[in-house]
This record gives sequence, C-alpha cells and structure tokens, in this order.
Amino acid sequence: MTITEIGASRLRKEDQRLITGRTRYTDNMVLPGMLHIALVRSPFAHARITAINVDEAKRAPGVIMVLTGKDVADEQGGIPSAWPVTPDQKAPPYLPIAVEHVAYAGEIVACVIGRTAAAARDALELIDVDYDDLPPVLDLEEAMTDTVLSHPDLGTNLSATWIFDSAAAGTGTDVAQALASSEVVIERTYYQQRLIPAFMEPRSTVVDPTGEQLTMWSATQVPHILKLMISLALSIPESKVRVVAPDVGGGFGGKLAVTAEEFITLLAARRTGKPCKYTETRTESLMGAHHGRAQVQRIRLSATKEGIVTGLDVNLLADMGAYLGVITSGIPILGAFMYNGIYKFPAYRFECNNLFTNKAPTGAYRGAGRPEATFAIERAMDDLAAELDMDPVELRRKNWIKHEEFPFTTVAGLEYDSGNYEAATDKALKEFGYDELRAEQKLRRQSGDRVQLGIGVSTYTEMCGLAPSRVLGSLDYAAGGWEHAQVRVLPTGAIEVVTGISPHGQGHETSFSQIVADRLGVPFDNVEVLHGDTQVAQRGLDTYGSRSLVVGGMAVVAAADKVIEKAKTVAAHLLEASRDDIEFTAGAFGVKGTDQSMTLGEIAFAVFSAHNMPDGFEPSLDSDATFDPVNFNFPHGTHLCAMEVDTETGAVTLRKYVCVDDIGNVINPLLVDGQIHGGLVQGISQALFEEAVYDESGTLVTGSFVDYLVPSAADLPMFTTDRTVTPALTNTLGVKGVGEAGTIASTPAIVNGVLDAVRHLGVDDILMPCTPSRVWNALRDAAQGGGRHRSPDPSSTKPDLDPAGGN
Amino acid sequence: MVQTTITVTVDGTSYTDQVEPRMLLVQYLRETLGKTGTLIGCDTSNCGACTVHLDGVSVKSCTMFAVQADGHEVTTIEGIAGADGLHPMQTAFHENHALQCGFCTPGMIMASIDLLRENPNPDEQMIRDGLEGNLCRCTGYQNIVKAVRSAAETEAAKVELGATIPVGQPS
Repeated sequence: MTITEIGASRLRKEDQRLITGRTRYTDNMVLPGMLHIALVRSPFAHARITAINVDEAKRAPGVIMVLTGKDVADEQGGIPSAWPVTPDQKAPPYLPIAVEHVAYAGEIVACVIGRTAAAARDALELIDVDYDDLPPVLDLEEAMTDTVLSHPDLGTNLSATWIFDSAAAGTGTDVAQALASSEVVIERTYYQQRLIPAFMEPRSTVVDPTGEQLTMWSATQVPHILKLMISLALSIPESKVRVVAPDVGGGFGGKLAVTAEEFITLLAARRTGKPCKYTETRTESLMGAHHGRAQVQRIRLSATKEGIVTGLDVNLLADMGAYLGVITSGIPILGAFMYNGIYKFPAYRFECNNLFTNKAPTGAYRGAGRPEATFAIERAMDDLAAELDMDPVELRRKNWIKHEEFPFTTVAGLEYDSGNYEAATDKALKEFGYDELRAEQKLRRQSGDRVQLGIGVSTYTEMCGLAPSRVLGSLDYAAGGWEHAQVRVLPTGAIEVVTGISPHGQGHETSFSQIVADRLGVPFDNVEVLHGDTQVAQRGLDTYGSRSLVVGGMAVVAAADKVIEKAKTVAAHLLEASRDDIEFTAGAFGVKGTDQSMTLGEIAFAVFSAHNMPDGFEPSLDSDATFDPVNFNFPHGTHLCAMEVDTETGAVTLRKYVCVDDIGNVINPLLVDGQIHGGLVQGISQALFEEAVYDESGTLVTGSFVDYLVPSAADLPMFTTDRTVTPALTNTLGVKGVGEAGTIASTPAIVNGVLDAVRHLGVDDILMPCTPSRVWNALRDAAQGGGRHRSPDPSSTKPDLDPAGGN
Repeated sequence: MVQTTITVTVDGTSYTDQVEPRMLLVQYLRETLGKTGTLIGCDTSNCGACTVHLDGVSVKSCTMFAVQADGHEVTTIEGIAGADGLHPMQTAFHENHALQCGFCTPGMIMASIDLLRENPNPDEQMIRDGLEGNLCRCTGYQNIVKAVRSAAETEAAKVELGATIPVGQPS
C-alpha cells in the first residue's frame, strides 16, 4: 500500500473552528431554563465547621436553592480513589461538599443555585459559616512525624508506604551493600515544588437531568472514567449517564480528575430538575483544582572513582494534599520505575511515603511522577560529575545502556525495547556547539565575567503509553490501560473513526485521519474522527500518560485492518474470485493478475444495499478493536541548554536550547514539534518561574495569575528541536509517546545549566524555581561562607515565604 | 437591579440592550449576544483570552464594562474574516500550527492583529514583547511568534489589515 500521509506535516483539521470562534467549550453551552451554580469555599486550611446559616442567601433575589453538605449527606457519595497503592492505604472520605471538617483552603462548604451566575455569586456573601480553626499540616517532614494531624479522625498523616527493592524483586542486588562498598556516594535532597497545571480553560460542567439519561458536559480529559466513577460513587446505573467532553481547553493532567464540582453540578441538576452549569473562576481553579509535583526526594547515588554507578537509593516524601483524588496516590509510584533513567544501575531501592497535608489535593501534572524521577537522577548525575571533576556528558556515556544492548531489562524491572542514546547525544552536541560553548564558559570563568555561562545537560527516557493492563493490575490500579476504536465505512465511502481517547489540544482528529487515510487508501479529508462523548465512543480510557497514539492509535489501526478483511470477503464475492486472490492496494481491492478491482467506496455501497452478499455475511464493514499494549514505550533524548547567570543580580537567561528527541516513527512532524515546544516550556517553567506558594496559615498566596507566574512569550526564546528515529518495537507503527517528553527533560537541563554557571563559585544547589533572588542569595551565601551552598536543610520545606513572584 | 440602555456595534451589527452597569463587556458579548468565540480565562486581566477590538484597538473585554462600549464598535474573533474567508492572521495561525487547545487563540489572534497594526514589521523580540499580555499554555509560543511574523511578511496580510481595520484610539 502506498504510504503518503504518515510522516506528512498535515495542517490540523481542528483549527477551523478554533480560529474562527465556532467553539464548543463547556462554558459556551446554554440550555433552556438553565440554572447557575456558585460555591462557598473554606478560607481556612484546617477547621471544624460548627454552623452554617443559609437563610438570608435562600431569600436573595434569583436564588433557587442552597445546598450544604448536610443537605446532600445521603446522596453526595464521595470522590473515589482508583489506586489503593498498598492494601492498607489510608484515606479520609473525600466529600464533594464538606460536612463537619475542612482540610484545605478552597474546600467547598456550600452551593448556591441561582437563575443567573451573577445572582448565585451575589448570594455567596450572604452565607454565614462558623469555623473553629485547627492547626494545619503544611510541611512534609513535619507531616511524617504525626505531631500535627491533617485529618485528626484518621490518626496519622501517612497514607501509604510503597517500596521497590531490586534485591527483593530479583532485578538487581542489595543497595545498602552497594552504598557501603562504593568509593563515592552522592547524598542529596531535592525539592519538587508544588505546581499548578493552569490549563487556560477554567473547568466547567453542565448537567442536563431532563430525559432518560443524565447528560454531563465537562471540561475533562477523561469522560469515560468520569462516567464510570459517577455511576459507582452516586449509585446511578451506568446506562443512565452520558458524559461529553466537548472542546476542552488544555488539561496537562489537571483535567485527569473526577471532581467535587462535577458531582455537585449533577446533584444540583437532579435536585432542581433543571440543567445546571458551574464554571470556576481562575482563583477557584488555582486553589481548588488539583496541583502537581510536591515531593521531597532524598537521593543516595554511589559510584566508583572512575564514575561507574553502583547503586541508587531513593526515599520520597510525596504530598497527597488533603485528599486522594482518582489517581493521586499512584503518581509518585509511576516515578519509581524511572529513577534509574537510561543508566545501568546494579542495585536500586525506592521507598515512597504518601502523606496528607492541609493543601489542595495533588494529582497528575504533565509527566506525573516521571519528571520528578528524571529531575532527581539527572541532577544527581551532574552532581556526581562535579564531584569526580568529569564532563557530565562523558559520565553519562560511561553509564548508559549502549544501543547494541537493547532490549535491556532495567534494575527497576522494565524492559526497554529500543533506543540509541549515542545517536541522539552526538546529534545534540553537534547542533548545540557543545565544545565551543565549553570554551566560552572557560574564558568567562577565567576573566571573572559578571555574566557566567552554564551548560545544562539532561539525557532522559520515560515510560509512556499507559499502559499494559496487567502491569497496572500488578500495581493495584483499579482499571486497565487498553484503548478502543471503531472504524465505520459509510455508504458513500466516507470514514468515521471513533476513538476512546479524548483529545484536548493534541490534534488527534488530524493524526488519526492520517493513519486511517494511509491504511484504507482513502483521502485524508474523507476521514472524520469522533471522540469525547460516551454515547458516540462507547468504550475508552481517555487521554493522559502519552497514550493516545501508542495505545489509541494502535486500536484504530487494528479496527481499520478488520475493515479491510471484511471488504476482501465482499470483493471476492462481487468480483467472483477466490478470497486468496484479492489484493488490497491504495484503497482498491483487485484480483491478482487481472485488471478487475473495486474501490472501498464501491464495496461500502454494495454492503449498504446488501442486495448481493456472500452467504452468511453480516452486511457491515464497520469494525471494532481494543488494543492492550504489551509493554510501555520509551522515548528518549538529549537536551542541552546554555544558561547565563548575572552574578551581580542573580538574573538567569536561557540563551540557547537544543533538544534531540527519539520518539520513534513520526505521524505528523508539525504536531510533534508543537508538543515538544509546549512541553519544554512547562518544564522550563518549573525550573525558573512557577510555584504554588502557601503562607504559614495554609492560604494559597499564588491564587491568581497575578501571582502564579505562567510565562509569556516575552519570557522565552526559540527552541531548536530535532530528532533521531529508533522505532519502538512494541507496536507496529513503531511510535512512542511525545506529550510529556519536553516537560520531563527540560527541568533538570535548566537547573543543571544554572548550577553549572555558578558551581565554581561554591554554589551546588538552588531551589526551584531558580528566581533571581534565590540565585543571588545562593551566590551571596557561598561568598560569605566560603564553602558550599547547602540550602536543603529541613527548614526550606516549610511554607515558602520566598515565592517565585517578582522575577 | 438598575439597568442601562446601551447601543453597541458588534461585528458589524448594531445592538441595543438593557444591561446592568456592572456587566463586563465580555459577559455582554458571551451571555447577551451569544458571541461565545470570545473566552474568559482569568479574573485579573492577565491571560488575554477575552481580547477584542474596540474601535480597532485591542482591549481585554474583561477589563471593561459593557456600558463603556456604548456608542462604540467592537470586533470579535467572529467578525474578522472577510467575505472571502479567513483573516490573514487566522490563516497564519493555522498554517504555522500556532494553536493546540485553542482556548487562548481568539484573544491571541485579536492581539496579534493589533500588534501588526501598530508595527507592521516587528522582529521576533517585538512580537514576544507585544504578546506579553496573552498567555498560552500549549504551544510554548514558538509557533505563535512564527505565525505573526509570517502574517507580517505576507503582503496580503498588510493589505487586508489596512483595508479592514479602522485606525482608532481606545476610548
């Protein structure tokens, strides 16, 4: 078959509606008689609710109903956790509307339903809530001691302790022994600050209770998971719920959630019998939607004097926030398999303590566990290189898995199917001008230039394409990781592709059209991709974890192949040939050795009319397929950056960024570059700009876009992106995930670059985000102390009063 | 609630409506007129998703009351395409893959058109600085900058911009 579409930089089908304003974001929706919801949220991080007076609010003009937690106690269910990471995992009930106890600032305590959004919001001020405030738990190391409890009824802040030990698993040797017997041990504590996904579209939900089914439109990444969870948590038969994710304005993991607001909108619609809408303000979004990262990482890495790594011990404190959302508890565990990165460690141990605090719940944020792991190992490798006075690229080269060693089973137990770290690194070094920049760095150091140059290195891999169902089962996740697709051949020969993934900016309407156009030999424009509505796409597991192409795309391929097989049977019948003699090429079914053939469109119409079908043939070409991956896939790459640090002001400038990623075969280079660009910026932003800051009473200080610094175009340079191609061997397209790669790789590259600029001045750690004031303080401390700047003492995990803002 | 009568021309059509004085222009566009192409992304005028043109000059429609638009001409993302199809800036965004989720896009396009009105030939840094008031979380801005540059380079864009956008001052 002629391949013309795969690999082409097709412009996106999605764009026409998005550039002209013909969009279907949830908040755009208006239904007859629709009511509007506004929510009262706790201003306290930790308190008991002693009384709520709603009388005045109920009498306010335009108010239809007011609901408190007590009013809905019997019907509100609870937000489910789908991931009991240990059999004894502890978790407090996560009620949509709090009843007696609030555990973070922003938790919902009452709901007003009004005729207009303005009427509902006006009435919020009339609701009087009495709180007895309790001491909040805001610090992970304090949380671990249980001296103050985030949920007094739970008796502990510890949700679960999860351990992987290579000696016990049989994938390696004992790490304690390795550490004890090694010549060099690097011991570090890294801090992953709290981040906020900050998708541009605030979350919004509309529920229509009229008719036989409850229909929910929601700004979600996961309509299928949401439907199932609503059914289970609220005891509504699954067949009575329809969930639609219309146009969704970004997610980045932040909309991989089952939210209190969705449950409340449903309850309000059911109570009033009218369609109800809730749309959050940006401040509500920043304080109430889940956050990401928030870990303390204690790392011990051992090596020989020659720089051969011998062992890695990881001890994590992971902040769950106040409650377990649908996958909160599993996020740090996803990182457990990635701390060893691309290197050949003989011994590895990972221990994670999941802790509750009185802050917003955490959850998936672009990379989800893997950026944290990659940051730690890439930082530690640079720290080891500095300790051994070795070039950081050379140190990596000594330790990484060589391309001829694949497939390679890592110390964490994963089988990396393919990769070529040498090729990606060599290409990146060349395009970056590594040697020239090292020479410039040396000159600047020698001359004591006010502006010092640092070179940041990050050689990452990630596991993506979540996920083989049996692996998820072994990790005690409640669901599988397969994906479903349907390919429908309409009577005119037009193709409808139904997918269970749920795009929200990725461009799958375009890339999946390319795949199907090639597979079936039909024009790109004849393919329509349908998604995001559980009534259209009956089965699916949605979009996250860089899974859409590598799992969802493979399901589409399998369904298209079934269409071809069915069409062959019909072609053989109509062309009066043996089925074995039918050849399918470029959209036509021909008889070998003859000029007889039929197009797929002709066969489709013949099947539609069904006048002349083979005996016993079910008159339809439509085909379903469910694909369950046999393994993850492992994109990798080498990211290099040149950082300039003004030693007098602490200002950091990203001067140059070059990345060479290997994501296997590429369906659409334009979309891939776009994913990398956006991913890079989110990772760079963790390194330089963003942090969710709580004050000492547990109030979110960065509760608006004035204070939470999402970078603008003016803060960033152009990036050089390039690729090497080592096809994945675990799927027939040879593709790997791309959505998270940029984010995973770039954070350590940037911080390594900043440190490389100032390490010779005695600084070997700066907390993220590396703001000018932090860089300046680190330089000052190093100069005054004359020694190393060791900022990670436990006090620096306390609520951060040195926020990212102001740079 | 006291209502005030306003007359506003939006995307070439004149509307007369009773509005609450506190109603924001963006709420008027979305809720009263159904112009949902213009979006709301924050409450602090940081994100720029709600950017429209008032008498040809870009404004964040969440920072204005609807009553302040009384007697003025508003252009939204839904009103920029000429009779022959897309505005050149829309085409440039499409051709340069300058959007992913699309939520910032209407505001970003409106701001970009105004940027070129003020400076028809900006370099990369001028474009970056000019779009500082519009946030995008998906693209990393690289292709947005390319799109604006390519629109500037297209002679057709310059002609189209001059022909369709009246020069005016914000009121």
